[in-house]
Amino acid sequence: MPNKNEAPALTDAGPNLWVKNYADYLYSYACTRIDDNELARDLVQETFLAALEGWEKFDKRSSEKTWLTAILKNKVFDVYRKKSNTSQNQTVSMNGSDTDEFFEESGHWKEGRYPEAFGIEDMALENKEFDSILKACLKKLPPLWKSVFTLKHIDEESSDDICAKLGLTSSNFWVISHRAKVSMRDCLQRNWI
Amino acid sequence: MENLSDQEKADMLDNCKKATFLIEKQQTGKIALQERLELEYHLSICEMCNTFMKQSLVINQFVKKLFHPGKSELKLDDGFKEQLQKQIDAKLDKPSDED
Repeated sequence: MPNKNEAPALTDAGPNLWVKNYADYLYSYACTRIDDNELARDLVQETFLAALEGWEKFDKRSSEKTWLTAILKNKVFDVYRKKSNTSQNQTVSMNGSDTDEFFEESGHWKEGRYPEAFGIEDMALENKEFDSILKACLKKLPPLWKSVFTLKHIDEESSDDICAKLGLTSSNFWVISHRAKVSMRDCLQRNWI
Repeated sequence: MENLSDQEKADMLDNCKKATFLIEKQQTGKIALQERLELEYHLSICEMCNTFMKQSLVINQFVKKLFHPGKSELKLDDGFKEQLQKQIDAKLDKPSDED
C-alpha cells in the first residue's frame, strides 16, 4: 500500500454511510459560509439528495467527501448569488459621490476613524475573544460584501472565479473587498480596544 | 528604477483611501508597478496606513484560521441525521425508474 500522509480514508463506503461519515463535516462547512444554521441544514439535505441522483454517474476520480463537498459548494454559491441579487444597490463605486464613512474627499482618514494599533499585530493566532469579535464584525457586513469576503479569505477562490460566480466586474470586486476590509478593521478597533 | 513625479507624489500624499485600496489589492492579488510606487511613497509618510496594513494581514490570517473546516466542531443534531438517513434508505430501496 502506498504510504499516504492523509488520515486513512473513511473508505468510500457508498450512500448508506454518508450521513454517518460526512453529515457533520458538510454541516460545518455550510455553517461557516452562510451564517444561517437552518439553511445550512437544508443545504446538507439537498446535497445528499442531489448526490443520490448523481451517484451512478460519479466517476470516483475523487473521494466521496470531495465530491459531496463540491456539490454543497455549488449550493452555497446559489445562496450567495441570490443574496447579491437582492443587494445590488450595495455595490459602490470607488469615486462615487456618496458620502464616505471613513475617508475625507481628499482621501485622508476621517477624524475619529484613524487606525490605531490594537495590539493584535504581533499576537499569536490563538485568541478566542478576538475570534468571537471577528465573527460578530463579519456578521455586520452587508450580504454581498460578506459573500465576497468569505470567498476570498475562507475559500481562497481566485478573484476571477468570484467575479464570475457573483456576476461582479473586477473593479467592483476590488471596491467591495476594500470597503469590507476597512469596515472590518474599524469594527475590530471599536470592539477590541 | 522609475520614480514618481512631483504631481504623482502630491496626489498620494493624503490619499489614505487609495493607499488602503492598494494594500488590499496587493495582499490578495496583484498591483502594477506604478501602483506599488504610489503605495510605497504613501507608506513612507503615513503611520496610520502602516498600522492598517499590518492589521489587514492579521485579519486575513485570523479569518482563514477561524473558518478552517477541520477546526470546526459543529454537529448536526441527531434527529435530523436520522431523518436524513431514512430519506436516503428510502431512495436506495426504491431505485429511480429512469432506466
